Amino acid sequence: MLTYIARRVLYSIPVLILSTFLSFAFVSLAGDPRQNLLANPKLSHANYNRLFHTYHLDVSIPVRYWYWLQDAVTHKLGTSLLTSQAIWPDLTRVMGHTVQVIGLAEIVALVLGIAVGIFSAIRQYSVFDYLFTTVSFLGFAMPTFWLALLLQILFVDIYLKWNIRIFYTSGLNNGVASNTWSLDRLQHIALPVMTLAIISFALYSRYMRAAMLDVISTDYVRTARAKGLPERLVIMRHVFRNALIPIVTVAALNLGGLLGGAIVTETVFSIDGMGFYFITKLGQLDVYAVMAYLAITAAIIILFNLIADILYGYLDPRIRYD
Amino acid sequence: MTEIRHETGKDPGASPALPPVDAMILGGDELVDSTISAGLEMKARSQWSYARMRFLRHHLAMAGLVGLVIVFGAGAFAGTVAPYSFDQIDLNHLYAAPTLTANHFFGTDELGRDFFSRTIYGIRTSEEVGLFVAIVSSIFGVLVGAIAGYYRGWIDNALMRLTDLVLTLPALAILLTAAALWGSGSQWRISFILAGFFWTGIARIVRGVFLSLREKEYVEAAKASGAGDFRIMFRHILPNTLGPVIVNATLAVATAILTEAALSFLGFGIKPPTPSLGVLITDGQNNPEKWWLTVLPGLMLVFIVICVNFVGDGLRDALDPTQRRVRA
Repeated sequence: MLTYIARRVLYSIPVLILSTFLSFAFVSLAGDPRQNLLANPKLSHANYNRLFHTYHLDVSIPVRYWYWLQDAVTHKLGTSLLTSQAIWPDLTRVMGHTVQVIGLAEIVALVLGIAVGIFSAIRQYSVFDYLFTTVSFLGFAMPTFWLALLLQILFVDIYLKWNIRIFYTSGLNNGVASNTWSLDRLQHIALPVMTLAIISFALYSRYMRAAMLDVISTDYVRTARAKGLPERLVIMRHVFRNALIPIVTVAALNLGGLLGGAIVTETVFSIDGMGFYFITKLGQLDVYAVMAYLAITAAIIILFNLIADILYGYLDPRIRYD
Repeated sequence: MTEIRHETGKDPGASPALPPVDAMILGGDELVDSTISAGLEMKARSQWSYARMRFLRHHLAMAGLVGLVIVFGAGAFAGTVAPYSFDQIDLNHLYAAPTLTANHFFGTDELGRDFFSRTIYGIRTSEEVGLFVAIVSSIFGVLVGAIAGYYRGWIDNALMRLTDLVLTLPALAILLTAAALWGSGSQWRISFILAGFFWTGIARIVRGVFLSLREKEYVEAAKASGAGDFRIMFRHILPNTLGPVIVNATLAVATAILTEAALSFLGFGIKPPTPSLGVLITDGQNNPEKWWLTVLPGLMLVFIVICVNFVGDGLRDALDPTQRRVRA
């Protein structure tokens, strides 16, 4: 097990390097930072060349990637070419906010999705089951940004009509910005959390239902029932626990989707998070800031895939490592 | 096998309830013409006619198909269906709310442009993007998958590592980057970018089928009778991948439309004045009181995607019975 974990960790390092290299090549091929410099009429030719050389813009992309990688490792993802400011402080701030939103959404979606999945499977083809099948079909078809806008419109209109403030529809705080939990913060992030949770809930409830139905039809569940175990125990001890295993993988793989969803929801609700940061920097063509975002998200996704793999092996003893 | 059954069949009038097993697996198109000569004409059913029957019996899929034909039809003939042009300004009716009686029954926007007409033109754009991405990515995915699965070796390895790698990339962020840097708001550039990211799934599926079928006896037989690689790949093996490819292409239409809408909404996709459903939703973004500007094009988007998903489900059940989607 330990050797397996060690090997998987070691394996993800080249994957991360390759992944960031691809992003880097991709970003620098198209978004040449030289354009920004050339557009500046005050810049003399000598200065231009000097800047070029200092920022390693005069070398080929693989070499430039090598410099970027060194900078990223030793100087925490380096500085922006556009603003000459360090990227890391901004990134940690926005990551804190995104972790709050995504983390809460993931918890809500997992708890509700698992609960609804269990009941849909136990009462298959009941009204409850059909209702949530419809809900999840809608969830699959619903563009995240549209759902976010609908919630925003709903709560803005409630406020405008009756002057009742249930949730705020933009920003993270009223007044002083701080990153602590408070009712104010919850009122601000409730809608983005709801948006992301509804989309993920559709996914988790379907998978949980399918996994439950899979396990219910196995021989060992029949054996458990034949032994005379009460149905509650059969479901909780034999079915539920085994049905949870595939959900671990689904939840980890869905993280990429959640980060993508965060781009959209944070833009709609003006949340100062990673997604909003990325969109802003992309709009300004701030190449290294965009690169920092891509590298961090790739690292997060790879890390969670790794955790899912390890957890999966831990939860399911039938998985063997060799 | 079918021939034998037909010649010795005691009851030639009855059609076989199930297609012969090997015809289901190998996709025997050639069986269509095999009839018996006893004066009683009996049509042997091909795999495709069984698939068609299964599809026609799939209620949700048929409903989805009808919905799609109506909506996509309206989009395709936007010029005649839409009562106004998408950019016709009516300064007497700014922000008119939707009504059933007046002629702006989806309301109007900030310039008094008829929102129903704009939605129809938006459907046309989204439809073009969806179909283009589905077709181009399928063709490319099939080519890469066929080559990787048939020749194996380094190209197969490279392809598989590449698709593994694509899975670790934050998809929407990469697409946004590509669209920001190369898209420049053009519908066709955005379509190309989307197609450039959508082919990996289809390539994987096609590769899998090729890997297993290239070892079959009939491929060996074709080789022995002198068929070249090209003929074996495209005449003998490829027809067997068509089921999953069609299903995936259908679902790709929905994904492409949704992704295009998200890109356009964020300002990196299609840009005004071209109306796409995503662009229209953006129009309503800063006007929460003018709810119809956001709600109606979004509803249309959800409707299209649900219809496409139903049709895709039906096609999967019809064409690819082994790979049924979890629906139990």
